[in-house]
Amino acid sequence: MLKLDKRAGDVLVWLLLLTAPFWMTHVGSYVELGSRVLVYALAAMALNFLLGYTGVLSFGHAAYFGLAAYGTALTIKLLYPSTPVGMLVGILVGTVAAAVIGPMIARLRGIYFAMCTIAFGQVFYFIAFQWFSLTHGDDGVSAWHRVPIDLGVASLDILNDSKSFYYFVLAVFAASVGLMAFLLRSPFGRTLLAIRENERRARFLGIPVDRHIWMSWVISCFFVSVAGTLYALLNDFVDPRAVRWDQSGMFVIMAVLGGMRSFWGPLIGAAIFIVFEDYLSSHTENWESFIGLFFVIIVLFFPRGVLGIIRRKAMT
Amino acid sequence: MTQLLLFNVFNGLIIGAFYALMALGLSLILNLSGVINFAHGGFLAIGGYLAYTLMPYLGFWGALLLAPILTGFIGILVEGVLIRRLYGRDPLYSLLLTFGLAFMIEDGTRFIWGAQSLPFQIPDWLNTPLSSEFFFLTGYRVFMVVLAAVVVLGLFLILNFTRLGIRIRAGTLDLETVSVLGVNVRVLRNLNFGLGIYLAGLAGVLAVGMLGLQPTVGDSLIMPSFIAIIVGGLGSLPGTLAGGLLIGLASGITSVYFPSASEAVIYVMMAAVLIVRPRGLLGEEGRF
Repeated sequence: MLKLDKRAGDVLVWLLLLTAPFWMTHVGSYVELGSRVLVYALAAMALNFLLGYTGVLSFGHAAYFGLAAYGTALTIKLLYPSTPVGMLVGILVGTVAAAVIGPMIARLRGIYFAMCTIAFGQVFYFIAFQWFSLTHGDDGVSAWHRVPIDLGVASLDILNDSKSFYYFVLAVFAASVGLMAFLLRSPFGRTLLAIRENERRARFLGIPVDRHIWMSWVISCFFVSVAGTLYALLNDFVDPRAVRWDQSGMFVIMAVLGGMRSFWGPLIGAAIFIVFEDYLSSHTENWESFIGLFFVIIVLFFPRGVLGIIRRKAMT
Repeated sequence: MTQLLLFNVFNGLIIGAFYALMALGLSLILNLSGVINFAHGGFLAIGGYLAYTLMPYLGFWGALLLAPILTGFIGILVEGVLIRRLYGRDPLYSLLLTFGLAFMIEDGTRFIWGAQSLPFQIPDWLNTPLSSEFFFLTGYRVFMVVLAAVVVLGLFLILNFTRLGIRIRAGTLDLETVSVLGVNVRVLRNLNFGLGIYLAGLAGVLAVGMLGLQPTVGDSLIMPSFIAIIVGGLGSLPGTLAGGLLIGLASGITSVYFPSASEAVIYVMMAAVLIVRPRGLLGEEGRF
């Protein structure tokens, strides 16, 4: 029964995502918001690979998200005006940075790990902020835009047609999420679960725990880099806010809000959060207070997240 | 050149004193309650704004005395109402909660006092240079360093010679045993949180005299304070103090030779410490 439910859930998620551009406008929304949800959902799911499936809390994922965004933006603007090339460079930059920093923090655990990820994340914020000649500091990288993709037979106009862009983002999202699911189902993914459940026992079984945490960290940062390049393409603009620590906090709250022990949880969390933020920022000037309050309420009253609550209800 | 070097060393010392005050407060809370207080920078801003509001009535000295104490009380209140509920749960939740609090405090101060930078008047006689040769030695700067030193000394005296302080240190080592010995751990953690926030409030009053008053005044200080804790070693208050002074001095000295690297150097120091000695300079082995 539970297995059937899970498959039904998967089908429902994909159906909703595939048809989103057609029903979103009818419920008073707009297609770009859908793309935004997908980008943040991918980032939150990437974080959850580490948080929910390895049991390690990173509060610094915005660094690699932002680094990839800058990589994409600067490549398209200065080097070569091609969307796929920009994305490749962005993903590479973010992932390599994570791989280099990883060994320094993979030995740490718990709150100490979280603190060091925050601190390292801030390095890239300062670089983005201070390297004015390249990044234009606080003003951000503007005066560029995503380039239509040439498919040989036809061209995909992701620049002017918001539906095309949505489906482009969805395709990247689907490929990433599929790879993520594959990894989690592999022996490697099961090993990560074992580490999450009982690190000491995993160590006794001969699993090189630190190396697995490093690998999980790099994979997670790879996926968040993918989200970061999409973020740059979505906005046609990047500024240091993409790299800042509050962005990392957003990813974490999305994962928690949706339910960090479930695969689709972060997607639900991202959807709720982005819609809520969109509504708030157009209705009140003090939206930051409400976002803060939102954090407090989730932590105090819904620590298991939406899917956690549903699952618990289903069991009783 | 010597003068420039001296100037920057002294500057580094001042900044280091701020980092140390902030980081000691963070460290107290982290050690006893296992909570990383993201809202620490917000409490620093509250301290500054309270001092600004109190100044017309109490003068500079009254504000300097009272504003940190009031901030500490706000901290005690926040701990009692919100933070306390999260003890014993995954540190993830207290991080997210204080993260949300930081947002609320920043927006709240902006709502109450406005987004513009406000002037903060320090007494004139404190603002005059002490010597014409070393123009940078204004009374206020010397005063800040001296006051920070006195407060830190006071903190260590409290921790070593009062019942509360000894219990805080004991609780850091083994909270369960302290509880079994009949100490009310709830109250202990509450007061300890207040003490940490008091230090943030004090740093706030001092900082706004130098940096000016705006809602984001704490932002530039909180990240280096985290690094001060990491460099000094988690769980060690002397380590935190040393870490704060060290990174302050390092960034001061670096700004003489490579001004653009003065911020980066503290991250390099953190990376070096994590590679060579992951527990930090004075941290205990295996504690975190």
